[in-house]
Amino acid sequence: MAEDMEQPFEKSSMSNEEKRKINREQRVQMIAFAVMIGLTLLAFIAAGSDMLPGTFTIPFILLLAVVQLFLQLYYFMHLKDKDHGWPNSFMISGLVLTAPTIVALMLLIGIVKF
Amino acid sequence: MVSEATNTRQKSVLWDWLTTVDHKKIAILYLIAGTLFFLKAGAMAVMMRVQLIAPEMEFISGQTFNEFITMHGTIMLFLAVTPILFAFMNFVVPLQIGARDVAFPFVNALGFWLFFFGGVLLSLSWFFGGAPDAGWTSYVPLASREFGGIGIDFYVLGLQVSGLGTLVSGINFIVTIINMRAPGMTMMRIPLFCWTTLVTSILIVFAFTPLAAGLALLMLDRIFDGQFFIPGEGGNVVIWQHIFWIFGHPEVYILVLPAFGMISEVIPAFSKKRLFGYTAMVFATLIIGFLGFMVWVHHMFTVGIGPIANSVFAIATMVIGVPTGIKIFNWLFTMWGGKLTFNTAMLFAASFVPTFVLGGVTGVMLAMAPVDHLYHDTYFVVAHFHYIIVGGIVLGIFAALFYWYPKMFGHKLNETLGKIMFWLFYIGFHLTFFVQHILGLIGMPRRVYTYLEEQGMDTMNFISSIGAFIMAAAVVILIINIIYSALKAERITVDDPWDARTLEWATHTPVPEYNFAQTPQVRSLDPLFYEKIHGNGKMKPAEPMDEIHMPNGSFIPFMMSLGLFIVGFGFISFHLDLFISPYIWIAVGGIITFGSMAMRSIKDDHGYHIPKETVEEMEKELS
Repeated sequence: MAEDMEQPFEKSSMSNEEKRKINREQRVQMIAFAVMIGLTLLAFIAAGSDMLPGTFTIPFILLLAVVQLFLQLYYFMHLKDKDHGWPNSFMISGLVLTAPTIVALMLLIGIVKF
Repeated sequence: MVSEATNTRQKSVLWDWLTTVDHKKIAILYLIAGTLFFLKAGAMAVMMRVQLIAPEMEFISGQTFNEFITMHGTIMLFLAVTPILFAFMNFVVPLQIGARDVAFPFVNALGFWLFFFGGVLLSLSWFFGGAPDAGWTSYVPLASREFGGIGIDFYVLGLQVSGLGTLVSGINFIVTIINMRAPGMTMMRIPLFCWTTLVTSILIVFAFTPLAAGLALLMLDRIFDGQFFIPGEGGNVVIWQHIFWIFGHPEVYILVLPAFGMISEVIPAFSKKRLFGYTAMVFATLIIGFLGFMVWVHHMFTVGIGPIANSVFAIATMVIGVPTGIKIFNWLFTMWGGKLTFNTAMLFAASFVPTFVLGGVTGVMLAMAPVDHLYHDTYFVVAHFHYIIVGGIVLGIFAALFYWYPKMFGHKLNETLGKIMFWLFYIGFHLTFFVQHILGLIGMPRRVYTYLEEQGMDTMNFISSIGAFIMAAAVVILIINIIYSALKAERITVDDPWDARTLEWATHTPVPEYNFAQTPQVRSLDPLFYEKIHGNGKMKPAEPMDEIHMPNGSFIPFMMSLGLFIVGFGFISFHLDLFISPYIWIAVGGIITFGSMAMRSIKDDHGYHIPKETVEEMEKELS
């Protein structure tokens, strides 16, 4: 068994359909990447320009961050794909557990200092 | 004997145990190490009760008492109960889900050795200027460099190393339960002990990371002159309390959920009924796990956070009573109308239920923020959490020990000695801790090493100490029982001595290293029971008999952990006057750890195969 594993394979074992799927996946990844670059640029512009007031910029770039997070997790980290139920549920429960903790600590320590 | 001929053939006994990656052997290592730490922390408790038996005793000094309360709490939670629970999780979970081993056998061994060396590092403090003495919570500023002794460095580094071990074991169990289940073993068919193990492991992953972060901050403060917790330099002491309890409250559930699982295995087995409300039990476990993260501030009601925050967390805490109540009623209904057998395991499991309810009731009392100002830091709190931890977790562990002992060691524990031990332990436990509720209500503060006479505390403290001695006697009887049974008890040759229901009893006794010669096909919840009723009493195989792929043993986990142990000692020795520079310790330890990791990465290890003929021979010999 162990010996076979070290031999390189001669030709790909993927079917044509699987190859098409991989190609489509690559295209989706590239588009997602381009969108994320665009979002980052938007955030930089929003933060750097003098025309926009801070009261608009902060919620705006936070919104962009949420969109980025979604794209990262679902498109780059494949959470949208089939058979990702467990990673999905762990990621969601992690967010559900940490979000109230962080909010509570921000309210308690950030505002009243204890 | 053929069954010993495959893996351990060329190894001496000692080398075999040091390098083992077999989940059953690691379980026994966890059990032995955990028991040793349990005895150590128990001896400290007895000495503290001797000190408190009469007013103004001078058996031990106040400083020693402080070291004892800290070490008793820290060892019991991190180094005694956790590893003993891991012992059962390790042994039972792969068998119950029909797997050959855990998902990452190497990581399993690494988890054990990290825990072990972390515990040794913490215990070394006795020889270098005294144990930690700031309580198991190690609150700053008491635990800061300015006020806390060198022992707290051992606390920080020891828990950091052993916490890493717990963390990797938790990850390992999650992957095992999700990926290694036998065909037909759907998530809603895994035994409840596996469910509680899964939820516990998830809690470990989410709770031990804040602990590691908090300990790292405290280490920076103490050893590298950080200012996170020093108010004079812009720090904030309350952050430590928050971080500690964000970990600390889930930690309680990390300990109690496996005990719930054990009870949920023992009660159906000796009631001859399936577990009542399995689905409700699963969801109650999940809800408890989730709510465990939402209630940490109830440990800090008296800090002065404010009425709104206190109310929110008080209500969240009381909500936990609901899923726990669901569990209590499900256990009662499992016993209701069952064909009950009251052997030692069942006695422990059945007495767990009312005792745990008592602990739960005081828990809801403590959750009421306004009255908590009265209870806070009194013996009422001590009584409450000992009712949960001893009356809940330890009773569960004893039930599990008597229940799974024949599968683990090939013979039962003596029932007569077991029952004597149960009654001594149970009476001693209530004597010790019930009066402490009243002691707390009349105002005895916790963590004091003595008290004055004629304050109405003498008699109750005397009763409490006598109870502690009776509990200690019960533990001595357990040890006598283990030795006596190992020498005298008849060997078990049947697979299923209790006529139980779950898959671990479908394996041979002793369990061969590959667990199942052919992975079983699971057709129902309580698969073995289903086959007994609807089949021929044997599990149907899901695959043809074939050669079995097994992992190789490895010494690398031991070396990696040893390296971290030396690194940890090096960090501590910044404030010890040793003749070897701290940097040398850190360099040596770092080279050992990273060298071992490099070796693991570079060297290919594909494991070995047990040929089909050997498997067939072993199966014939065992059945």
